[in-house]
Amino acid sequence: MTGSGSASGSAVAPPTTATPPAPAAVTPGSQPGGAAAQPANTDTPIAKPDWVGSPLMCYDGKPHKWFEHEACKHWDTSGTFWMPKGANAAADGTDVMFYATLGLSIFCFFGITAAVVYFVIRYRHRPGHEPEPSAAHNDTLELTWTILPTIIVVFLFLFGWRDYVNVVTPPQKAVEINVLAQKWNWTFTHQNGVSDNVLYVPVDTPIRLVMTSKDVIHSFYAPVMRTKQDVVPKRYTFAWFYATKPGTYRLYCAEYCGGNDVPDGQPELGTGHSQMKTILVVLPKGDYQRYLNDAADTSSMKPEELGARLYEKKGCIGCHSVDGSAKVGPTWKGDFGQKASMSDGSTITVDENYIRESILSPQAKARPGYPPSMPSFEGQLKENEIQGLIAYIKSLK
Amino acid sequence: MSNAVTATADKPEPNFLEVTRGWKSWATTLDHKRIGIMYLVGILTALMLGGFFALVVRTELFFPGKTIVNQLWYNRAFTLHGAVMVFLVIVPGIPAALGNMILPIQLGAPDVAFPKLNLASFYLWCVGAACMLTSIAMGAIDTGWTFYTPYSLTTTAAVIPAVLGVFILGFSSIFTGLNFLVTVHKFRPQGMGWFQMPLNLWALYSTAVIQVLATPVLAITVLLLFVEHFMHIGIFDPNMGGDPVLFQHFFWFYSHPAVYIMIIPAMGVISELVSTFSRKHIFGYRFIAYSSISLALLSFLVWGHHLFVSGQSKLATMVFSALTFTVAIPSAIKVFNWVATLYKGDIRLETPMLYALSFILLFTIGGLTGLFLGILAIDVHLHDTYFVVAHFHYVMMGSTLVAFLGGLHYWWPKIIGKMYPEKLGQLCAIGVFVGFNLTFLPQFVMGARGMPRRYWDYDPEFTIFHQLSTIGAYILGISMFTQVVYFAISAKRGPKAPQNPWGATTLEWVAPTPPTLYNFPSPPEIPELYDYDDLVEDPEHGGFIRKPSTGPKKGGH
Repeated sequence: MTGSGSASGSAVAPPTTATPPAPAAVTPGSQPGGAAAQPANTDTPIAKPDWVGSPLMCYDGKPHKWFEHEACKHWDTSGTFWMPKGANAAADGTDVMFYATLGLSIFCFFGITAAVVYFVIRYRHRPGHEPEPSAAHNDTLELTWTILPTIIVVFLFLFGWRDYVNVVTPPQKAVEINVLAQKWNWTFTHQNGVSDNVLYVPVDTPIRLVMTSKDVIHSFYAPVMRTKQDVVPKRYTFAWFYATKPGTYRLYCAEYCGGNDVPDGQPELGTGHSQMKTILVVLPKGDYQRYLNDAADTSSMKPEELGARLYEKKGCIGCHSVDGSAKVGPTWKGDFGQKASMSDGSTITVDENYIRESILSPQAKARPGYPPSMPSFEGQLKENEIQGLIAYIKSLK
Repeated sequence: MSNAVTATADKPEPNFLEVTRGWKSWATTLDHKRIGIMYLVGILTALMLGGFFALVVRTELFFPGKTIVNQLWYNRAFTLHGAVMVFLVIVPGIPAALGNMILPIQLGAPDVAFPKLNLASFYLWCVGAACMLTSIAMGAIDTGWTFYTPYSLTTTAAVIPAVLGVFILGFSSIFTGLNFLVTVHKFRPQGMGWFQMPLNLWALYSTAVIQVLATPVLAITVLLLFVEHFMHIGIFDPNMGGDPVLFQHFFWFYSHPAVYIMIIPAMGVISELVSTFSRKHIFGYRFIAYSSISLALLSFLVWGHHLFVSGQSKLATMVFSALTFTVAIPSAIKVFNWVATLYKGDIRLETPMLYALSFILLFTIGGLTGLFLGILAIDVHLHDTYFVVAHFHYVMMGSTLVAFLGGLHYWWPKIIGKMYPEKLGQLCAIGVFVGFNLTFLPQFVMGARGMPRRYWDYDPEFTIFHQLSTIGAYILGISMFTQVVYFAISAKRGPKAPQNPWGATTLEWVAPTPPTLYNFPSPPEIPELYDYDDLVEDPEHGGFIRKPSTGPKKGGH
């Protein structure tokens, strides 16, 4: 699978032409839910989906690896009136409990409402109507409606607890994926070292997520998996699920983590808590293995191609544009070789060393007019990846 | 019997509004009713401010992406909405405003036990409110009203005045609670034992217990936040070895009981209203009184249910879930007892009663949706979604604020001496009920479908729910604003209120309208609580008068 590398000369040729079996394997298993989804094996450019704002750029017309097209599909929004589709074998109990509690609540609510409405109509004040004598208390009745709710909530607690234990206790053997959350993107690192900002997982396999945060508290939330877990800095928290249905699903940050000022005129490019969402792609089992292999293969890429990939994968795209437009951070277009004035009044030339320093310790030499919100990527990029990013910025004339 | 009536008829003593004049006499007053009125003005002002921020938030969410404000200002708007509404409006709303006006009179007492402390508490509220407003001037906080660490340690400096404001408001709350505790213990008149107290007093007493015991923890928490901010000790900041989740434990150790500081006094008000407007003895007095106390005690044991997905231990999670369900029982008892009180009554649907009935239905929804969140497996899915937002608005706004409005309409004639426009009041009460449900019912669906809270931008499939919610918020906003306006007009030139417009039995309705400086010209007789048999409509002055007792009482209790 070296489609991206070889196809870069002719951008219209989709990468999948090099590997015809791949989409055939993907299509039957993947979800037909996304109507806007473009099959990966056609020659037409990928249509721009209507969910602009995610850092995924499949509508950019550039070639992409086959698995990236899965992430470009519109996510599956099917479900009942109340809940999104459930796709986690460990959380079936959650849905049962939800609907049971819903039924109980509706029953109680309408019971109480009916009583109130009936009494108000029947005993409303009108000429000649007098309050009738009735008991001011009735111990049997009151004990009944004390004990009955008690019994009900004991059962609600027990069942809720039983299902909770299922939702939070992974089996001994599970595929582990490391999750790093930071303002405002996710990095998922697989066992073979592949890291990505989209979470790809195999179907019918227990997945255990080992999560930590780089800055503030975030929360991993995949509604179809009915699972949520806060991601706390300087410690690990865990989540797990057993995906039953291949498809493309939503993945959110559920714990408020701030946001940045968005330049006027480009509200869709804002960064903050509400943009800290990505896609959860459940792949057929064999495809997951191929994803790991294909995503790991960057050896044949030119440095600037690698840089362009990392620009999306590492979330640079959230704050830096490549077309000269203003975002939270300075644009990369035409930046290389420029003289730039710094917050401390000095002037430097944007060269390889400046870019390297800005990636590893962003606040060392900061430019005025931009919030000091960029995290350090120290330890998250290999040497050739830093070189790739530098080459990519150089190429943006 | 009716000493007050004869006294006013013989030689009218000036009422507390007329006894002295000029702003100085208000600024230095030790009269609990005047302090209550000043609180009321402050709280209604804060309510409008918080409502303004709510409408900014709801308007922004009308469309996905940017509608009127950018993400930064959206974050500030929902933070200010939450902080203003919780700390400036709902926590002090019923105890400090209505409670101050009514508690001593319901006890037949001339004032609270410590009038100077009472005034100090009001000024602390003002200083705390000023601190919060300073934070807006400094660029406004964007931490959410919960100030979760480490985010609150990394964001703008505007956090400092806001947190200082919370600290000061906490002391205001403690002073009020302390005052009420001592007043209820020491100022109960001869003949009023604990179980002859109106249920409103039981509720205010239970609330005061929580205020005195829980609020210091809030003070400690925000003090630690200060220390962390300025001295970088490493209590909450993980970069210095601190534990950010510890902050959540500290914070909710206060803030969960605080939910009961909001709801228990509301329940007290509703108990009075339901009984009065049904002209029926409250059903199951003792069960309601005990449930207030048990809610107050249980409220201390359930804070961990805010941390079910925070990474706290599974054992702790299990225990907190079990304890959380215990809260459902006293809550259910109260609802059943209120409904039973309606049975065979003579129900009058004046504005306060419309609010009381709204309360019963809205609190039922708030309570039942609490079950979903107490059930661990479901909470994992619903935590930090709009379901939670809707749930706590049903309890904090749909219940507490609705009870506050009901109580305000109920006691307004007594304190101000003027009537509000009844028809308009009923219309607004219906507006509040409809607007509220339209705002928050769609949020339950959104939340269960997976819409996280505090999102400035959202996925297009949620648009219709957000739009319904925003329309509801405007109906709600208009209904609330109209009330503030007609109360202001009523205070100036409303028709004179009768002494007992609702035919209620508690002591405040024996006092003159408006009460004299020390409430009662002569020590009042304690009337039979919740016994409406002797109260008959007075066609001459409106309202009710007590008919001279004749023969044995009818009725069967």
